Amino acid sequence: MTSTLNNDVADTARRLAERPERIWAAFEHAASEGRAAFIPFMTAGYPTPERFPAVALQLLEHADLLEVGLPYSDPLGDGPTIQRASEEAIEHGTSTRATLQAVKALRARTDKPIVVMTYINPVYATGPKEFMRLCVDAGVDGLILPDLPPDEDLGIRFLAAEAGLALTFLIAPTSTPERVRVVTSACTGFVYAVSVTGVTGARDGGALSEVPALIALARAHTDLPVAVGFGVKDAATARIVAVDAGADGVVVGSAFINALKAGDDLGALAAKIVSGCRK
Amino acid sequence: MQLPTYPLPDARGRYGVFGGRYVPETLIPALDTLRDAYAEAKTDPAFLSSFETLLREYVGRPSRLYLAENLTRHAGGARIYLKREDMNHTGAHKINNCLGQALLAVRMGKKRVVAETGAGQHGVATATAAALLGLECVVYMGREDIRRQALNVFRMKLLGAEVREVTSGTATLKDATNEAIRDWVTNVRGTFYILGSVVGPHPYPAMVRDFQSVIGEETKWQLQAAEGRAVPDAIIACVGGGSNAIGIFAPFAYLPEHQRPQLIGTEAAGQGVDTGFHAASVAGGKVGVLHGSMMYLLHDDEGQIQAAHSISAGLDYPGIGPEHCYYSDHNVARYVPVTDAQALSALQLLARTEGIIAALETAHAIHQAVITARELGEGKVIVVNLSGRGDKDVAEVMRLLGPGLTGPGLTGSELGDQA
Ligand SMILES: Cc1ncc(COP(=O)(O)O)c(C=O)c1O
Repeated sequence: MTSTLNNDVADTARRLAERPERIWAAFEHAASEGRAAFIPFMTAGYPTPERFPAVALQLLEHADLLEVGLPYSDPLGDGPTIQRASEEAIEHGTSTRATLQAVKALRARTDKPIVVMTYINPVYATGPKEFMRLCVDAGVDGLILPDLPPDEDLGIRFLAAEAGLALTFLIAPTSTPERVRVVTSACTGFVYAVSVTGVTGARDGGALSEVPALIALARAHTDLPVAVGFGVKDAATARIVAVDAGADGVVVGSAFINALKAGDDLGALAAKIVSGCRK
Repeated sequence: MQLPTYPLPDARGRYGVFGGRYVPETLIPALDTLRDAYAEAKTDPAFLSSFETLLREYVGRPSRLYLAENLTRHAGGARIYLKREDMNHTGAHKINNCLGQALLAVRMGKKRVVAETGAGQHGVATATAAALLGLECVVYMGREDIRRQALNVFRMKLLGAEVREVTSGTATLKDATNEAIRDWVTNVRGTFYILGSVVGPHPYPAMVRDFQSVIGEETKWQLQAAEGRAVPDAIIACVGGGSNAIGIFAPFAYLPEHQRPQLIGTEAAGQGVDTGFHAASVAGGKVGVLHGSMMYLLHDDEGQIQAAHSISAGLDYPGIGPEHCYYSDHNVARYVPVTDAQALSALQLLARTEGIIAALETAHAIHQAVITARELGEGKVIVVNLSGRGDKDVAEVMRLLGPGLTGPGLTGSELGDQA
């Protein structure tokens, strides 16, 4: 009994050490090349379940980390672009298991960290423990749950720690110093700073004026890498966030979905954004 | 006047496991501020006096507690009283809450309010409060509901509000609520979100309940005057998100069990709970999270929210407020399904027996009132919350029954149409 417990603890500790390390290494690698880490986002099963793997691999070629969206019917934090992509993905049968199978297939082709973004209801519906197990089995490194403030469910944090999954919570321009303290101290992989008061979607660079203050506030509370998302769509907006504001990572989502819709070359857009991330 | 104090929710906004604040972090500081501002207002005599004056002089409160003798005779059992929220200004209970929240918005220095609406009653009430208090007003409404409730859409426009059509998802109340929350996330610094039911993140379910509790509080003294007893044997109300029901339940719900009346909420069973076309979150749902709150919810095994269905736009919502979920789990209240067809006949029954055309939402409660009156028998007393009047539904009911009342009523194809 005692030895099983010890084995469990040792196993957990090993996984805890290993998983966020892959995320941290990705940020460090980018920093060593004088860049902010490039973190593209794509909704699983989009544009179709058949085409998603190729799209994700194309993004992975340029990425330091990949963020995969597990589609949800009522994504409160998302603007029209990701809403529609999620609706279409669900219509095409992209389930929780299908999403994680797709991630597992990617995992066989890449060593780069992959984080899954979804809302809390699909996690609860699958059962948090089973959900985490499926994530670990698929080779997921971390989770982002935008409608779960860290103080809302300590159980999720415990289970994620036990499973060795990094948890990223969000801070926003409206966050008070106290909230930034609460949120950053709950993050185990990296901190996600939301660039604007609003939902996801491509915007003008002018909307990013609150990012420097937010990053400074985060740095006062944490040593974890701080990635900025919402509203970054091209080299110019990436530069504002990475160079002017000094973010450690740049998340770009809606712009890639829009590019897919327009039939534009994802690789070319990704390369441009990476150039904007260069400090 | 005082606003009531109840033992729930706890400090974290929970009713047992239900409730909470599952929202993007952007909104957490706004919810903290709202919680504190509301707590202050609740004990401020100036705020309470403005609220009371508006309820009396503008809404026309107290609403009557009317003994429906003909309906009582028809049912042949307990005496049925109707709490006439339909006689309020704007025609439903929704205005009680809207005035409370709009006063709070003004107090907090907000210049703009947003709201979601299903039947349009909450939208109209919000637009009304905004016009009265000089606030800019945007109302989100699903495309499907805009079709069903055209008259209320025009009312909101007349009142100076902007109505924004929502086409995402199922294009009904759920999606209008998503859009209103997204607007709030985006404009949170200058905007107040006037939520229309006892749903959403804490403190909304508690705040809306408190503003609606005037319904149950009045019922106590009115029933005392009419029957010599403040507590009836049963109280019945329809449940969408659950605001009219909580308004009449909560003042009785925390009484000791032996003094507590039967509390019965009627959920929209649509075409039947086993058909998949319904909005009965307790009878046909399971625990999940929607719009910031843990509640009974219609969602599939993957956690994707399912489309609700009801003949009445105001009940067409896949969730139910967290306090009702708590009541259900702890046998404080029970929630029974009532179908579209049953509601449609109850609407006609009340019209013919009492000369009152109720809202389709309310008709769900009327159906149950007849059943409960018979079960309880003579000498007992039932209060039904007549949450709203039917003017907004007359066109839709005419479409279903035919202009000469000779139409087929609810046939399979009519229902298919709406589903
Ligand atoms: C007349 C009437 N009754 C009931 C409802 C349902 O809402 P709730 O359950 O919050 O009372 C509505 C909603 O629009 C309504 O207009």
